[in-house]
Amino acid sequence: MSSYEARFKVWRGDVRGGGLEDFRVEVNDGEVVLDIIHRLQATQAPDLAVRWNCKAGKCGSCSAEINGRPRLLCMTRMSVFERDETITVTPLRAFPVVRDLVTDVGFNYTKARQVPAFVPPEGVGAGEYRMMQEDVDRPQEFRKCIECFLCQDVCHVVRDHEENKPAFAGPRFLMRVAELDMHPLDAAEESGLDRKRTAQEEHGLGYCNITKCCTEVCPEGIRITDNALIPLKERAVDRKYDPLVWLGSKIRRR
Amino acid sequence: MSVVDRQEWDVVVVGAGGAGLRAAVEARERGARTAVICKSLFGKAHTVMAEGGIAAAMGNVNSGDNWQVHFRDTMRGGKFLNQWRMAELHAQEAPQRVWELETWGALFDRTKDGRISQRNFGGHEYPRLAHVGDRTGLELIRTLQQKIVALQQEDFRETGDYESRLKVFQECTVTRVLKDGPLVSGVFGYERETGRFFVLEAPAVVIATGGIGKSFKVTSNSWEYTGDGHALALLAGAPLLNMEFVQFHPTGMVWPPSVKGILVTESVRGDGGVLRNSEGKRFMFDYVPDVFKDKYAESEEEGDRWYEDPDHNRRPPELLPRDEVARAINAEVKAGRGSPHGGVFLDVSTRMPAEVVKRRLPSMYHQFKELADVDITAEPMEVGPTCHYVMGGIAVDSDSAAARGVPGLFAAGEVAGGMHGSNRLGGNSLSDLLVFGRRAGRHAAEYAGAAGDARPRVDDAQVDAAAAEALRPFSAEGETPAEGPPENPYTVHQELQQTMNDLVGIIRRAPEMKQALDRLAELRVRAGRAGVEGHRQFNPGWHLALDLRNMLLVSECVARAALERTESRGGHTREDHPGMDRAWRNVNLLCALTDPGDGLPAGEAARGRIALTRETTEPIRPDLLALFEKEELVKYLAEEELYE
Amino acid sequence: MATGTEPPATEPHPPTGGVRTRTRAAIAAPHLRTDRWWLAPAATAAGLLAFVVYSTWRALANADYYAAPYVSPFYSPCLAENCEPMKAGPNWELFGGWWGLSPAIIILIFPLGFRLTCYYYRKAYYRGFWASPPACAVAEPHAKYTGETRFPLILQNIHRYFFYAALLVACILTYDTVLAFRDEDYDWGHMGLGTLVFLVNIVLIWAYTISCHSCRHIVGGKLKHFSRHPVRYRMWQWVGRLNARHMQLAWASLLSVALADLYVYLVATGVFDDPRFF
Repeated sequence: MSSYEARFKVWRGDVRGGGLEDFRVEVNDGEVVLDIIHRLQATQAPDLAVRWNCKAGKCGSCSAEINGRPRLLCMTRMSVFERDETITVTPLRAFPVVRDLVTDVGFNYTKARQVPAFVPPEGVGAGEYRMMQEDVDRPQEFRKCIECFLCQDVCHVVRDHEENKPAFAGPRFLMRVAELDMHPLDAAEESGLDRKRTAQEEHGLGYCNITKCCTEVCPEGIRITDNALIPLKERAVDRKYDPLVWLGSKIRRR
Repeated sequence: MSVVDRQEWDVVVVGAGGAGLRAAVEARERGARTAVICKSLFGKAHTVMAEGGIAAAMGNVNSGDNWQVHFRDTMRGGKFLNQWRMAELHAQEAPQRVWELETWGALFDRTKDGRISQRNFGGHEYPRLAHVGDRTGLELIRTLQQKIVALQQEDFRETGDYESRLKVFQECTVTRVLKDGPLVSGVFGYERETGRFFVLEAPAVVIATGGIGKSFKVTSNSWEYTGDGHALALLAGAPLLNMEFVQFHPTGMVWPPSVKGILVTESVRGDGGVLRNSEGKRFMFDYVPDVFKDKYAESEEEGDRWYEDPDHNRRPPELLPRDEVARAINAEVKAGRGSPHGGVFLDVSTRMPAEVVKRRLPSMYHQFKELADVDITAEPMEVGPTCHYVMGGIAVDSDSAAARGVPGLFAAGEVAGGMHGSNRLGGNSLSDLLVFGRRAGRHAAEYAGAAGDARPRVDDAQVDAAAAEALRPFSAEGETPAEGPPENPYTVHQELQQTMNDLVGIIRRAPEMKQALDRLAELRVRAGRAGVEGHRQFNPGWHLALDLRNMLLVSECVARAALERTESRGGHTREDHPGMDRAWRNVNLLCALTDPGDGLPAGEAARGRIALTRETTEPIRPDLLALFEKEELVKYLAEEELYE
Repeated sequence: MATGTEPPATEPHPPTGGVRTRTRAAIAAPHLRTDRWWLAPAATAAGLLAFVVYSTWRALANADYYAAPYVSPFYSPCLAENCEPMKAGPNWELFGGWWGLSPAIIILIFPLGFRLTCYYYRKAYYRGFWASPPACAVAEPHAKYTGETRFPLILQNIHRYFFYAALLVACILTYDTVLAFRDEDYDWGHMGLGTLVFLVNIVLIWAYTISCHSCRHIVGGKLKHFSRHPVRYRMWQWVGRLNARHMQLAWASLLSVALADLYVYLVATGVFDDPRFF
């Protein structure tokens, strides 16, 4: 075991203002950044606000930015940094700050509500659902999402353009639309709900310019862009822009 | 006194884990206006940590399974101390609850013919756990969360307001259940974000706050598990049942220190992982207790064959109930046959190809890779026992989940006692949440509906007292020096955890528990002086200072009950009383507050606050007893119980 | 306190400034990254720029694109009357004599469009040239952003058309590669270094084309139930595996097509003779 003293800069403040505060703090073998934040709380700054919960990368509460990169505090090991490096920890910079490292992530809950829920198929009772593994594989990947909102935070569409927030659901919730559209038993279409259309017209799919930062920051390794966003764009293309599909549907209608 | 925001609801659910959300869905669907309060963000509850699966006798993988077998396994696992009616309802209703999740959009792993796949788990006779890889809890929470949103969307279409009939108050903490005479009248709490106080008036309150693990140092539980619900019920005058039974999960991570205690799912063993000591020996074969002798393999060969042919072989002893495995690991480490960091080795790498490990245990692979730099597809994990679950909890009526003695109070999930007896089987917790969450929601809604306009009133004096209690940590600085200097809440908490871990941990001895009670009394005095800096806006020091009250209350319950029960059973192991005693089989220990009153002034701190009473359990219904072989019952039940 | 539907207590000033918006944590720096985040977009921009310069020069040159039996992929198929004569194609005079410009322009529009609307290249040039965003969590310099919601960028959605065209072009380039198994006198059954260059190029071109996201969607991605279409499911899996390497294939095929052209140029201008194997 070896311990050393690390230099930290932690953003402290609230919506009225604040700044980076310097700390020197002990670091032990095997620790993660969240351990260091807790040590600061216990020894130097008892009212340092931070959201956390499971400390095992499963709940997605402790999202913050470390050296400018959106990460989970509990899954960032101190050993990835040089010992003489100053480690900067700030709250998520796409959302309104509440206090210190805590931000108001209400944007995400608002967006979650705007995605129409799963539509159960009519005439299939509980216990009668039959789905094949190969059909649920795709949506299951998206359901690994722990809702840490790092993808929402890093996405430049809203991070750099506050005014886009009303029109754009963000990668997490576009992925939710994709998940439902790929759900083998979702009966949205039968009920008159076209998820592909809503993705484009209501959730702002067109704002995404597939620059893949969501995929880069996802702590669950979900391939958001390749497996959810682009397929969703392609599905939207099916309806609107594909010449062969268009021709096919014309001919079939005759 | 401070102006407090007040709202009226029909049902208030405290806690937004599996049980709380299931209760809220049910209450809302039965027409009650329902509020859910949770300490974390919506969807972050500790339920997400559950990995293995949901136990439900659907019989998809082995058609021999049915509710009777599940009931039998549950009673055996709990060493027959279970509130048998709960175990019965649980086994009967679990499949319906799982199937229902599918209609809300859940996607479980599938069998070849498209049904829900089920996996093996410790103590379950057949493959029974519906699962999604090793992230079943996340699937459960997300499904319920999305069901709540679906209901809110429904309300929005009808009323134009998403939150007209079902609202989640996230990042809020309840510190008191308010009462009007004997009846529940609402809850008092604060918003963590702003520190503002609020009161929700409601005739029915469902407590679903989970467990108490944060009173122990090595635990798989998150910060939320401070025993809030247990304490709220106690303070409201409801008794707690069998609090001595705390489950230590056999396999938590032991290294690095900062993640010590984090869970290694039982599925690792269910899918073929084996336990070895430093000599490379599969030591579990030496630890099969008599009551299980004929159910477990005697040789490694037989155990290995079982994975392929479960009908003609007996299962390997790695799959014994959790209490047995935890004790065995503890004994091996004590005997000097542990791993370098004080655990034992759990190995899947020699039993499964790397691809299979990554597919079936993705989050375990991830967890060890990220946190410990261990590649579990190539090397063994180091594991040791970690405080995981409390079987004890609020004493409830089996059918309605109503807390005993306090009309209007309901409890479901880990915070409720009785269901699991002295030891819980893996996978039975998620099904417990669903079955009793739904029952609690239903009965709370019915109770609130019956109250009609005659709603209990909220007493202003109680609200003022609760506000004063919550603000006390800010005035610690100003108190008279005779009482001592203000205390750092983090320090008090650490000492509490150390005390419980060392003195009321996995193996217990009378003198140590007495010592623990003394220390708890001392800590209680110091916690009374816990002071905090700063202001009320998102102040974790303040939050912890308030949670200390709950942890100390619950810890005292655990220590007192553990000292009282002079036998070893399930999650309660006494070195000075190593055997299971049939005379204790039908004894429940109830904890109540010594000075209930309104419970409001904290009372004289140094004096113990908990009084114990013994009660004899209701005899098990004959038709349920008939599900067991006579020879097996003899091992558990006292003579007179057998011949009734 | 609610699930976040209410606006924050302090009303934000007119929403400007991205990460510097008034409600957000007051940090002046546009980013706090300490790594060399600029390296990737800079390298991408440099690589793309180099290709653009080279290909523009070569496409406009209208010379040195045929050295029997090799035709530069930039000029194949050659569809105007002013094409150099090539035996057995790929020159078909679909465009009459009125076309006076380089015949490369007629055909290059298709692979160019395919690559320009490709999901990988979009990422590459949005980041590298347009800085939108320059790198993850690095503030972009633009005041407004509408993404691909309106003209002209909404046209990115016609990637599918270009994919169909790219399939045709790939077929023709395959034909060219077959023709490369001749010697300079058009006798069959020969092979030179150029043949090898063409072979590598065509494999990469196909791999890049097939690994396209649109292709992945068409072969199976659009289905809701893989279990009912086992063949398409396998194709989808196979394309998916290639698709995971779409970026690498995009660069490799870009390089190989330029090299194939360069090779033809060098042989055509007599810098060296095509080494023959047999």
